[in-house]
Amino acid sequence: MIKLRLTLLLLVAVLVLVGCQQKTEETVVPAADAGPAYGDTFIEGSIAEPSNLLPILATDAASADISGLVYNGLVRYDKNLVLEGELAESWDISPDNLTITFHLRKGVKWHDGAPFTSADVLFTYQLYIDPDTPTAYAEAYKQVRRAEAPDPYTFRVTYPKPYAPALGSWGLNILPKHLLEGKDITKSPLSRSPIGTGPYRFVEWVPGEKVVLEANEDYFEGRPYLKRVVYRIVPDQSTQFMELQSGGLDLMDLTPIQYTTQTNTPAFARNFNKYRYLAFSYTYLGYNLERPLFQDKRVRQAISYAIDKKEIIDGVLLGLGQAATGPYKPDTWVYNPKVKRYSHDPDKARKLLAEAGWTDSDGDGVLDRNGKPFRFTIVTNQGNDLRVKSAEIIQRRLKEVGIQVKIRVVEWATFLKEFIHAGNFDACILGWRGGPEPDQYNIWHSSKTGPRQLNFIHYKNAEVDELLEKGRRTFVQAERKKIYDRFQEILAEEQPYTFLYVGEALPAVAKRFRGIEPAPAGILHNFIRWYVPEGEQKYAQ
Amino acid sequence: MLRYIGKRLLLMIPLLIGITLISFAVIHLAPGEPTDLQTELNPEASVELRDRLRAQYGLDRPLYVQYADWIGRLARLDFGRSFAGDHRPVLDKIAERLPVTILINVLSILVILAVSIPIGILSAIRRNSLFDRSTTVFVFIGFAMPSFWLALLLMDVFGVRLGLFPIAGLRSLGHEYLDWFGRLADYASHLVMPVFVSAFGGLAGFSRYMRSNMLEVVRQDYVLTARAKGLPERAVILRHALRNALLPVITILGLSVPGLIGGSVIFETIFAIPGMGKLFYDGVMMRDYPLIMGVLVLGAVLTLVGNLLADVGYALADPRIRKS
Repeated sequence: MIKLRLTLLLLVAVLVLVGCQQKTEETVVPAADAGPAYGDTFIEGSIAEPSNLLPILATDAASADISGLVYNGLVRYDKNLVLEGELAESWDISPDNLTITFHLRKGVKWHDGAPFTSADVLFTYQLYIDPDTPTAYAEAYKQVRRAEAPDPYTFRVTYPKPYAPALGSWGLNILPKHLLEGKDITKSPLSRSPIGTGPYRFVEWVPGEKVVLEANEDYFEGRPYLKRVVYRIVPDQSTQFMELQSGGLDLMDLTPIQYTTQTNTPAFARNFNKYRYLAFSYTYLGYNLERPLFQDKRVRQAISYAIDKKEIIDGVLLGLGQAATGPYKPDTWVYNPKVKRYSHDPDKARKLLAEAGWTDSDGDGVLDRNGKPFRFTIVTNQGNDLRVKSAEIIQRRLKEVGIQVKIRVVEWATFLKEFIHAGNFDACILGWRGGPEPDQYNIWHSSKTGPRQLNFIHYKNAEVDELLEKGRRTFVQAERKKIYDRFQEILAEEQPYTFLYVGEALPAVAKRFRGIEPAPAGILHNFIRWYVPEGEQKYAQ
Repeated sequence: MLRYIGKRLLLMIPLLIGITLISFAVIHLAPGEPTDLQTELNPEASVELRDRLRAQYGLDRPLYVQYADWIGRLARLDFGRSFAGDHRPVLDKIAERLPVTILINVLSILVILAVSIPIGILSAIRRNSLFDRSTTVFVFIGFAMPSFWLALLLMDVFGVRLGLFPIAGLRSLGHEYLDWFGRLADYASHLVMPVFVSAFGGLAGFSRYMRSNMLEVVRQDYVLTARAKGLPERAVILRHALRNALLPVITILGLSVPGLIGGSVIFETIFAIPGMGKLFYDGVMMRDYPLIMGVLVLGAVLTLVGNLLADVGYALADPRIRKS
């Protein structure tokens, strides 16, 4: 008895500690914005340590974030996701759409002072297609038939067939030839201390702790205002959130629950701005079309009608997302808002299922056809809570229309090997990350259904194949739009996936940073123009 | 004695080979490969790429060839290069993580000893008193409480609300601008919460062990003798009973040598401490075979050495073992 009482006492003590009042924050006087000023340090929280700062070898987001500030591409997507020149001042596309000629900026220097020329671009291209380079990105550059650098400021590539994703692919980070030529790229010191042409130069990398960058004062688009950028590696999002509140971080990506409930305090609003914009990714329920169960379009449509997407978004993303209708993000030019939508309609679902021959003939609450009950298993990978929760919500809704769903959650490597690649699944919940380039050839073309390829649901549609091939060959945006509009219509009608939701990126940034312009591309597109007014700068060194 | 140690050292070689053989086989049995991170479900990667990468990593050869190759290099103390994106030598990666992990483990063991030995002694001599019961509850709360939860709670209270301690990491941002003393203080303030959290969970084991040893020792005849010859209770407990009660604890300490290089993933993740636990976990997740094997070999060697040290210690202390 004494033991029990003591436990209770201790518990009460702990609760009192938790409940104790948050210390009053020092009030920040909202000083009038004195205009852009140089200086201060920006500390960004990163969940993972970057793997390699030679972008050709890295596939992780943390490395890409840092490389994005250290290196430049020939082109880039601007804030409205339209291609513009970066290291290339301009470019010409030949009338037959086969040759792109880039005219490079003059006077650009590498961080070590060496001049940047077309030889660097040619070298980078050769490095990407070199079979000895262990890169995941060779594919786009293998399409090139000939690459040449006729003079130091011109770079020309020729393709055997028109290839529309080509232009965007030259946004690749250009690497310095004079430091990498003739060396084993995997052992280059540049992977730990990169040298680029970008707005920030590399200072130091303390393993497991932080990567520090400093403004490149000679940057060709002007000196960035923020003097230092620190990527702090804080693997846990709850820890990041506490670091943010105590001033240890200036930017982090919030989780939905942090965004909706934990940041609604006046203290948070005084010190931080929250942003939200759609992310380039969507989550879907994909059907294995080799299984007889899902070969009837009406069955797939019925499941889409039975699922309440809004409920999933509210329950899983706390409302911070949009229903997906196809593979494209709703605020991009390629998105087709007029496709068939599947609102939550269980009656329609039951009707479609009945048309397809599925009725509850034995009255056990589960639909059946020819004596076989309608049951299937949804597989998804471990470690993604949102997917597991979505599966549970779907399970409940499908039960209402008489479909019995089991859920299996499997560790990633096993999930791919034993289920997805082996074609050994009924339905799966997965997500795709995309980008501004609308080409979806690798995911939907019928030639991509081979082992380990991405059309693992075995979707085959002759018209889609044709559209995807045409889309890759067409450069004019208005014409591409027509092609991909039709592509989206077909997917919406056939429902090879039930497209579930598009999530949102939810960054919070310390209030002293000004000049942030939210746009379809997010907030970081004009990072070099962010500043802290003179009186509010926090770090002197 | 030297012959005994020599024999034991020779016996360690086949044992170590056996351990590596089993570890190697088990790791390769797990589905997934190091190339997955770059190639799986990556719209930009082709299928041929995977084969090319496998060839570059030497994964296309039969397993026994890979093993022979690996152990051949190990014999020259070459642990190979990591398969992770950075392609760095495995030894470098381990070496930069090891000091932090050892530091935290040593500090937390010191704290555990400093707290649990007195608790153990006092609860043994005042068995079933209020002190005994309340410390029992206290150490078991520590044992049962999830460390991540406690850590987050402490961070929120002491870091965010009270602002007493830094929340995560090992150093402040301006650390390199501090003088020698300032740096030490900076490290110390960052270590308070991690060391407390990792020690709190370990109190129960040691203090209970200490308590039961002590209970057993105070019943021995020589303690009775000490009391009978009129020694003060303090001297009886500290000089006669404690020394004997401590002996088995020292053995446990010897056996925790391999534990010194181990770290908890959850704990390191929460506190953003770059330690061995996270390194190994990430290595396993991306099937970074050379790194996994490197850490396992290190652990195996330390376990074997720890066992040897414990045995030698026994032999030194106990003449019966020495003679047989």
